[in-house]
Amino acid sequence: MTKTAWFKRLAIAAAIAVPAMAPLSASAGPTLDAIKSKGMLRCGVNTGLLGFSAPDSQGKWTGIDADFCKAVAAVILGDPNKVQFVPTNAQNRFTALQSGEVDMLSRNTTWTSSRDATLGSVFAGTLFYDGQGFMVKKSANIKRAAQLNGATVCVQPGTTTELNLSDYFRSKKMTFKPVVIAELNQIEQAFFAGRCDVYTTDISGLAATRLKAPNKDDYVVLPDAISKEPLGPMIRRGDWEFFTIVRWTLFGLIEAEEYGITAANADKLKAESKEPQIQRLVGTSGDVGKGLGLDNDWLVRALKSVGNYGEMYVRNIGPLGIERGQNALWKDDGLMYAPPIR
Amino acid sequence: MFRSERVRSILYQALLLAGVIGLGWYLVSNTLHNLETRQIQVGFAFLSREAGFEIAEKHIAYEASDSYLRAFLVGLANTLVVAALGIFFATIIGTLIGIARLSSNWLLAKLASAYVEVMRNVPLLLQLFVWYGIFTELLPPVKESIEVGGWLFVSQRGFRFAWPAEHVAWSAAGWAFLAGIVLAWLWRGHARRTQIATGRQLPVGWPSLALVLGLPIAAWAVLGAPTQFDVPELSGFDFQGGRVISPEFTALLLGLSTYTAAFIAEVVRAGILAVDKGQGEAAMALGLTPGQRLRLITLPQALRVIIPPMTSQYLNLAKNSSLAVAIGYPDLVAVANTTMNQTGQAIEAIAILMAVYLSISLSISLFMNWYNDRVRLVER
Repeated sequence: MTKTAWFKRLAIAAAIAVPAMAPLSASAGPTLDAIKSKGMLRCGVNTGLLGFSAPDSQGKWTGIDADFCKAVAAVILGDPNKVQFVPTNAQNRFTALQSGEVDMLSRNTTWTSSRDATLGSVFAGTLFYDGQGFMVKKSANIKRAAQLNGATVCVQPGTTTELNLSDYFRSKKMTFKPVVIAELNQIEQAFFAGRCDVYTTDISGLAATRLKAPNKDDYVVLPDAISKEPLGPMIRRGDWEFFTIVRWTLFGLIEAEEYGITAANADKLKAESKEPQIQRLVGTSGDVGKGLGLDNDWLVRALKSVGNYGEMYVRNIGPLGIERGQNALWKDDGLMYAPPIR
Repeated sequence: MFRSERVRSILYQALLLAGVIGLGWYLVSNTLHNLETRQIQVGFAFLSREAGFEIAEKHIAYEASDSYLRAFLVGLANTLVVAALGIFFATIIGTLIGIARLSSNWLLAKLASAYVEVMRNVPLLLQLFVWYGIFTELLPPVKESIEVGGWLFVSQRGFRFAWPAEHVAWSAAGWAFLAGIVLAWLWRGHARRTQIATGRQLPVGWPSLALVLGLPIAAWAVLGAPTQFDVPELSGFDFQGGRVISPEFTALLLGLSTYTAAFIAEVVRAGILAVDKGQGEAAMALGLTPGQRLRLITLPQALRVIIPPMTSQYLNLAKNSSLAVAIGYPDLVAVANTTMNQTGQAIEAIAILMAVYLSISLSISLFMNWYNDRVRLVER
């Protein structure tokens, strides 16, 4: 072998090896710095779940999960449009977060202890309190989940849904046959075609799927919820500055609803309000934003881009026909409770 | 010393090897380091934990409270069953189509060509969706199943058919059938050796048939000749009783066999064309019928050309069976995907997948190489 041939080989080896290492080392640094230097928040979202994250007819991402991404971008980068939405399915979402392909996962993902403990990631809070339910054909004349013994059930793989499903049937001493397909569209298609008697997922997801049915009135969602499904944004472990910002953006949006600050009146309240708690939220008193490593206008920017939590809910979840229920503020007998911002 | 061509080339190769090993070591250690700093669990301990999810089709006993390892085995069995049956059917369909393409019957030859061109030029994934769509969209709902003779019910839920009720005579008949095949094969060997040694032709056809069919019937009759069948009955959501072949399995098996058959047909055709024309003409001159000519002269010689490319087709089929995941057949990949998601241990699950597919492929290769050695032209 000649010397030049050897150098050529070395060069090729280097060309192969260097890019292979790059993604591993690039994501090791703090996420917040990376977001700021790129000027872009990469947000993992659902491939298309109405009300949570789905592209509209103009290709713009809408839904409460997508809105939360925009709120975080507005808080950190000052512009709700500086979000790169990365559609992920139930199977590749955690890998996308672990590998650094996305900075944050805002994709109707259930908060569980094992996901917090073993996936190298943590949940920042709960954006939506959900529960697993069942949808059946109205003509099947089924009223309660307890009547489902022996049914064929369509379910997506790798979800908490799949585990709850077998837990539920096991505990009730009932049997079922699963039909497991990963892609949401494929599983919905199989259910509408009649391959399964039952489709199961979070109740919000059932409502969204029902809207896609050839005739939505042919299907009913059973009243039983068989599990707790708190859905929330997920962050890689170790990025504590970023984690704190995401968590308090969520709380800020909830707190803003409690004090009646909306997209429309945020600027006005900032200029005029004498209420101490409102002043802290809009940044005219105290240094809440600076404490988070931001400026004091942080929450006003988020509110002006997506509105407070209530506005996000009405705009995105409202069309699905799901009542506020557990997602109402604590003072309205719901579960939405933000620790004080001060 | 460095002027020596040999020394230099050894040195360069050693350097290259060191480079490759170093790179591999770097990638592994970097991965482990990253996993550790992000506090992601590593290791295979998860395999003994409870899986917690159901699997629709299983050839070995499994329930949700069993371990991930067992779930993997269930998936592996599903993969092996569909791959083995797929190879069986693809070979039969492919051989028939390949021969048909060379037929002197114009219509038959053109139909066979059309089959090959359509099947091998449409992506397999699309074909699977079409098959699955046919079963789930076109067949009637389970309550309006198509009934065939009171023992077969066809619906969106698959093919449900009557099956002999559990009885020791039936399982004995099954074993007797397998024993019959082995004995028939041994008899065939004996007959051939006798012919070579003495020139005497022993009958092969009817003794084989008697062994393969007679033994199980005898076993069944001796043990009580049960005639009770487990007939499917509609109750609640679905039929109870009998056996069922799911639409997912049927769609996958049909898709894999018909797709691979198109490639096998071409391999067979090429193999037959590779046999010298004089061979066929000589056979004709000896007065062999067209069937005998194909069976005794052409195919045995074609086999030598056919086997190596056939091996690749079998390997493709076995690997393509992983597309099962798209239409919901619980093969190994489907189980691994679910496991990966429940445990977050993607690297381990992928490693298991790669190891298993590598083993399956290498086993097929080894078997085919052994067979190839057997039928190879022996020069005397």
